[in-house]
Amino acid sequence: MLSRLREPWTDGQAERRLGAVACLVLLIIVLMVVFVAVRAWPSLHANGFVSWLGPGGNVDVQLGEMIKTGQHPPDSAYHLRAWPLVYGTLLTTGVSVIIGLTFALFSAIFIVEFAPARVRSVVVPAVRLLAAVPSVVYGLIGILVLVPAVGNHLISPGRKESVQNVVQLDGTGVLVAIVVLTVMITPIMVAIITDALRAIPTAWTEGASALGANRWEAMWTVSVRAARPAIVAAAVLACARALGEAVALSMVSGSRGFSPNPLDGLTYIFEPIRPLAASMVENVDAMNAPAVRSSIYAFALLLLLSSLVLSIGGYFAKLPMRRQGLRV
Amino acid sequence: MNTRDHVVDPFLDDALPSLPPPRRRVRLDRTPVPVESASGPGRASTRTRGPGGPERMRIENVTIRYGEKAAVKDVSLSIHAGEALALIGPSGCGKTTLLRTLNRLTETTAGATRDGRVLLDGEDVEQLEITRLRRRVAMVFQQPNPFPMSIFDNVAYALRVQNRKTPRRRELEPQVAEALRRAGLYDEVAGDLDRPALRLSGGQQQRLCIARAIATNPEVLLMDEPCSALDPRSTAVIEDLIGELRRDLAVVIVTHNLAQAHRVGDKVAFMYLGDLVEWGDADQVFAAPRAERTRDYVAGAFG
Amino acid sequence: MSVASASAPAPAPTAPRPAPRGDRLSSWRWRHRLAFLACWACGIAVCAITAAIVIYMGVRGVQYLNLDLLLHRPQAGLAQSTTGGILDPIAGTVMLTIIGIAIATPLAVVAAVWLVEYGRPAPLARAVESGIEVVAGTPDIVIAIFGLAIFQLPLFAPLSFTASGGGVFGRSFLAAGAMMSLIALPLVFGATREGLLALPTHLREASWALGKTRICTIRTVLLPQVRRQIATGSALGMGRIVGDTAVVVVLLGATLQIEPQGNVPVLSTLRGTGSTLTTYVYGNSPAGEGNAPQKAYAAAFVLLLIVLALNAAVDFIGRRGKGSS
Repeated sequence: MLSRLREPWTDGQAERRLGAVACLVLLIIVLMVVFVAVRAWPSLHANGFVSWLGPGGNVDVQLGEMIKTGQHPPDSAYHLRAWPLVYGTLLTTGVSVIIGLTFALFSAIFIVEFAPARVRSVVVPAVRLLAAVPSVVYGLIGILVLVPAVGNHLISPGRKESVQNVVQLDGTGVLVAIVVLTVMITPIMVAIITDALRAIPTAWTEGASALGANRWEAMWTVSVRAARPAIVAAAVLACARALGEAVALSMVSGSRGFSPNPLDGLTYIFEPIRPLAASMVENVDAMNAPAVRSSIYAFALLLLLSSLVLSIGGYFAKLPMRRQGLRV
Repeated sequence: MNTRDHVVDPFLDDALPSLPPPRRRVRLDRTPVPVESASGPGRASTRTRGPGGPERMRIENVTIRYGEKAAVKDVSLSIHAGEALALIGPSGCGKTTLLRTLNRLTETTAGATRDGRVLLDGEDVEQLEITRLRRRVAMVFQQPNPFPMSIFDNVAYALRVQNRKTPRRRELEPQVAEALRRAGLYDEVAGDLDRPALRLSGGQQQRLCIARAIATNPEVLLMDEPCSALDPRSTAVIEDLIGELRRDLAVVIVTHNLAQAHRVGDKVAFMYLGDLVEWGDADQVFAAPRAERTRDYVAGAFG
Repeated sequence: MSVASASAPAPAPTAPRPAPRGDRLSSWRWRHRLAFLACWACGIAVCAITAAIVIYMGVRGVQYLNLDLLLHRPQAGLAQSTTGGILDPIAGTVMLTIIGIAIATPLAVVAAVWLVEYGRPAPLARAVESGIEVVAGTPDIVIAIFGLAIFQLPLFAPLSFTASGGGVFGRSFLAAGAMMSLIALPLVFGATREGLLALPTHLREASWALGKTRICTIRTVLLPQVRRQIATGSALGMGRIVGDTAVVVVLLGATLQIEPQGNVPVLSTLRGTGSTLTTYVYGNSPAGEGNAPQKAYAAAFVLLLIVLALNAAVDFIGRRGKGSS
């Protein structure tokens, strides 16, 4: 057979063989979705889809119970209410993307329009460097620098006492998680938006200048407006990255499946939290128990579906822009 | 007009000193062609030359350099309301540079320096705040460049951008409609002003750009070869438009199409390699040019 | 900053005057001035954060990294802060990267070539493209979990350790490497596809006109032209593999040293478990068991250097290609 492969291929053969490899890639992807869904099914089925997402009890306690149930757990052992994790994910991802997008937009405008050449030659490599740093390094700096700083200096003892009965405040929590996540996702957005702003035809920017717009106005009302598809794409990409960030967040967010209570006032931002991906990473060791395994696959399925929903949402967000004549 | 053919009489060959070889003269048929215009009565083949109005801009001894090379050398001109000034000349002669200097667009190019003064209504253009200058001296570019917004937003752009308080749409509607009417586009787009501007045809887009430029009632309208990207019918429409517009504004149009300059211009300035060779009434420059170079160019000897 | 200096009213000057730059900031509305400041603030903040991270990691790394650590194997033990080195994690990182990129590159290049040059039937092509986008957007933890599901099947038992009770462990270098290839795949695919799309059609047409088959054209004309993009994509993919922790945590079994399985020389290492720099850092931080932040800093510093070197390689390849072509 090898000798047959070494003969010059005809186009038909080549197309079939190359196509087979491409289909193999597609197959792996389809398998991934199917496997995750199949493994997740028991947990979702036992809890009901809607109530699985709902609140009710302490996730850590529930997962702990599951570990004890052994290899053939009854249906009741699958009991799980994932809301604290979902809430944690939504909170950290949402706030980080909003702050990060604003930051990235202004940084991109700075790079393209206002930065003198020498400053630009420093900022652009800086952004690229930030994008290249592995998440575990961000997590390390977070847990060894930011967490003690917050825990020892920003949280007063009085505040710690006030919530002592419910939870320990040690610096890990919402604040540090959001800060770290924002720093992680902003560089990608800066890169995408910068590219898009640079690609705006000079005819438009020059036209805006000739009509009497100053540099900021020309940039904001014409370039940024024309770059909206790229801004949406950047936001979607950053959202996907933030959703899936497991390691750095498991290091800095508190590792407790706890829902921060907004009624606590300012203490809210110091309370621990644990997004979905971080929960998955932390419970990997317990995956021998089928109940835990199924729950973790259910988390994975939820993350997969969120990425899908994000992409579709991004597509629909860009549709009206296409009508205006922007290239999406 | 006398011919200048240096035709050498073969029988006189030995007697005459050696002359330069004869230059082929290409005769340009300069009878204006009556063009069907989309709107209005049939155009007269010769436009009524407008009376000159008050002086709007004056260019005094302007020299513009890009680095070492001088693109415009010591040019002095004056631009009057009620007139269309056509800047003609071969490629690279500096006419576009001169035009762009009038609204200080040359400053966007690195290394551009300028000598001399440009006055707008007596004030040095340099002293004016640049965005205010561009409200009074508007520009239309060679390629139609409407923004990726609706027609209304395009025309209202200058009005919105230059106000301390962003005016509401209701206040802008009459001004937008007026600008579109003056640009001859209102009838075609009045139905739906929220249509995306990029869906218009090329000629319509250029008229939209003109409407956008005149929305703030500028004193001077600069046009950089506005018809070169358009078909003859749209060109005719826009030339008619210029004839209308120049009644209120001063129009400066750069064109490499001599027939267009003859049709549209009241005054003509001919530039060659940065020098202003000749400047005067259109009839005079085309019919009886004073400088030999003008004569050559107008007759089509080079370009 | 392009704020033009206020110029005094001047009579017609004789010497060439440099053109004033742009418009004066003082004439802008206060909202615009605020926005201008915000832009500058963000730009400076980016530089400051980068500098802080680089300087801090540099200082800590130099403080805690020494040749000893690099050459010795880690040792299990309670006094983690004083014993052992990081040789095994470094070896683990290198091995995983090689396995991952070795699997990803051929798959990605073939898929990209098929998509650009053939791409029939069209729905299938779009499905493959969307599929790879889905993989690109999937969190690495989900890919890791998927890998666990696959490799714990009895079908893949030879690829890892089988416990005495019959349960397939599912965690080994091969398993982790295979999933790492999924992570690097979209990057190599994207780079190759961009490279192929950027090649002008006359290149292909000239080759076909000479009578060469499509596949021969691809092999002899097109692929050499996109070598630079493939290299760039691979370097980007390697950077992503090196920095990934979740897949390693799930699929490599958390042993400090490389533990081979079985007796076959190379295969046993591949079937075995171990650690990489990323899990080593994770494990030694307060989030893991080991309480040795010094080792964590040292390993993180080495990790950072590797990633930066890979990024510099990407730049270098890009720049060199631009110069020559």
